[in-house]
Amino acid sequence: MSALVEIGNLSKVYHRGRQTVEVLHHIDLAVEAGEFVALMGPSGSGKTTLLNLIGGLDSPTDGTITVAGERIDQLGQGALARWRAAHVGFVFQFYNLLPMLSAQRNVELPLLLTKLSGSQRRRNASVALQLVGLADRAAHKPGELSGGQQQRVAIARAIVSDPTLLVCDEPTGDLDRQSAEEVLTLLQRLNREHGKTIVMVTHDPKAASHAGRIIQLDKGTLVPLEQAAA
Amino acid sequence: MKFLHLVWAALNRRRARTAFTLLSVVAAFLLFGLLESVNSVFAQVGNSIGAAHRLVTVSSGGLMNSLPLGLQNQIRTVPGVQLVTSETFFGGTYQKPKNFISVIAVGPKFWDLHTSLKLSVEARRAFDATQTGAIVGAALARRFHWKVGDQIPIKAMIYPRKGGSYTWMFDIVGIYHASKPLMEQQLFFRWRYLDEARLFGSGTVGWYVEQIADPKEAGRIARAIDALSANSGHETRTQTSSAFAADFYSQYVDFGLIVSAVMGAVFFTLLLLTGNTMAQAVRERTPELAVLKTLGFSNRTVLALVLAESVLLVVLGGAIGLVLAGATVHALQAQMGSELPMMPVGAGIWLRGLAAMVAIGLVVGALPARRGMRLSIVNALAGR
Ligand SMILES: Nc1ncnc2c1ncn2[C@@H]1O[C@H](COP(=O)(O)OP(=O)(O)O)[C@@H](O)[C@H]1O
Ligand SMILES: [Mg+2]
Repeated sequence: MSALVEIGNLSKVYHRGRQTVEVLHHIDLAVEAGEFVALMGPSGSGKTTLLNLIGGLDSPTDGTITVAGERIDQLGQGALARWRAAHVGFVFQFYNLLPMLSAQRNVELPLLLTKLSGSQRRRNASVALQLVGLADRAAHKPGELSGGQQQRVAIARAIVSDPTLLVCDEPTGDLDRQSAEEVLTLLQRLNREHGKTIVMVTHDPKAASHAGRIIQLDKGTLVPLEQAAA
Repeated sequence: MKFLHLVWAALNRRRARTAFTLLSVVAAFLLFGLLESVNSVFAQVGNSIGAAHRLVTVSSGGLMNSLPLGLQNQIRTVPGVQLVTSETFFGGTYQKPKNFISVIAVGPKFWDLHTSLKLSVEARRAFDATQTGAIVGAALARRFHWKVGDQIPIKAMIYPRKGGSYTWMFDIVGIYHASKPLMEQQLFFRWRYLDEARLFGSGTVGWYVEQIADPKEAGRIARAIDALSANSGHETRTQTSSAFAADFYSQYVDFGLIVSAVMGAVFFTLLLLTGNTMAQAVRERTPELAVLKTLGFSNRTVLALVLAESVLLVVLGGAIGLVLAGATVHALQAQMGSELPMMPVGAGIWLRGLAAMVAIGLVVGALPARRGMRLSIVNALAGR
């Protein structure tokens, strides 16, 4: 069986004026279905760039990305948007909830792109909120929730359309110890009990320890395992 | 439709700003509704006729051209016409040139037709019996301290008497009352006195006013009346009394031009104002739009969301403005009656208004929407 995410010879070059910055160099990586991978590395090493490529938010300059058997590196913007809606859930450091919408409405957002009826959308969003332990906060706006609670709403939004892959960019970066622990436990549960494949960028070794595997990125290159362990 | 709450939430994000913008849209379309209400009366001049109880027949050569007296008997025979009277503008000044008075010479049926002008039975009887009799509005009588029995000299604007004098003597035989002082400013006297004493113009009248039985028949009757004088050298144009009023004013002003100029300036200002608001609103929400795109919202959906937001804002404000304009016109008509040169804010004005609203909304939303559509997710998420 092949991996859920397969990356081959991946490069990403950014242009800043006349300058070109090669952020990722010839990366090869495979993530098996059901894995929980932590992606670590110094600031500026290209973690977010790699995660965005895996999640289909951006396209590589070179190389291939295959997710669940589908090549996404060549997809155009529209196709990529449809692909994201169907296959990926995103969790960000700063939650990125819509401030004017209730938790319930925030979680329903991805479902607006499906054919589900209004009552089905409401039901699915309620289930997702229940799963993250916030059923009683459905009517609250983000501003009325703590950081940890907002992040759990964001996780509910990421899983509500039942994607195979969750990508998380420093999901605990803005949280206190205890909230971070809650969020990490939740991600672990989603991985173990619900079989979600997770790729999580983090700075924090303690956060990374919740993952099944840690990979290191340095200056745009993956650090070989033995070196990372050393 | 399921996205509507997103659009609504966006508008609610900065309530004060939205309210302010909304208010300026309301004001602009209130003005639009009022001006269009007047303008559609002007536009109606010479065109087909709406429903009305009263019609006015003027020379197609313009108000200053007179019509033959003989036409009156012919008009009376047109089916649907109940009453006809002639009216002839006389004009005049009292004592000083600046004391202008609207003086009108009228036919015998005048008071039967204009029942909103109230006068006593004695006054009416005296008017019918007195060659030089005049009936003046209550407000006008107060202004010059006139009372029944007074004999007053009026200097004519147009017609000299046989012998060349411009001074006409009138015997005040009655005072009429109306619902508004504004409508109590005129002096009416008998056309027969005018016609027998004037140096020129005898046998002619200014215009005819007809009362008709069925308002819905107005168009047909107007055409029948005009047909009487077809190819006669004194062709007529018959229209509703409000169109007549507009016709009267349009001798002095090009109202259509004024409306276009004013609305052009107002809408231009509105474009700048709401355009700025929308640009600011979308700039603020860049991260939110990036999130929607992250979740898989297509560029086109984001474009539509922003456009819907600006169109909704303008349509909402515009609709309130037009409703207010409608209520204002209604109230004015209740006060001043059918002579008011304003049409109800009807389907035509609403249709044109809605078209303007949608157009303004689209224009105003276009740039911000394009910006939202084109935004790069990774840059926006990274705050670049
Ligand atoms: N859109 C971009 N344009 C230009 N440079 C970029 C862009 N995105 C990332 N970079 C650069 O690429 C490098 C890696 O960025 P990033 O992937 O965000 O690193 P990390 O998440 O590991 O901190 C940084 O030097 C950053 O400035
Ligand atoms: Mg980063």
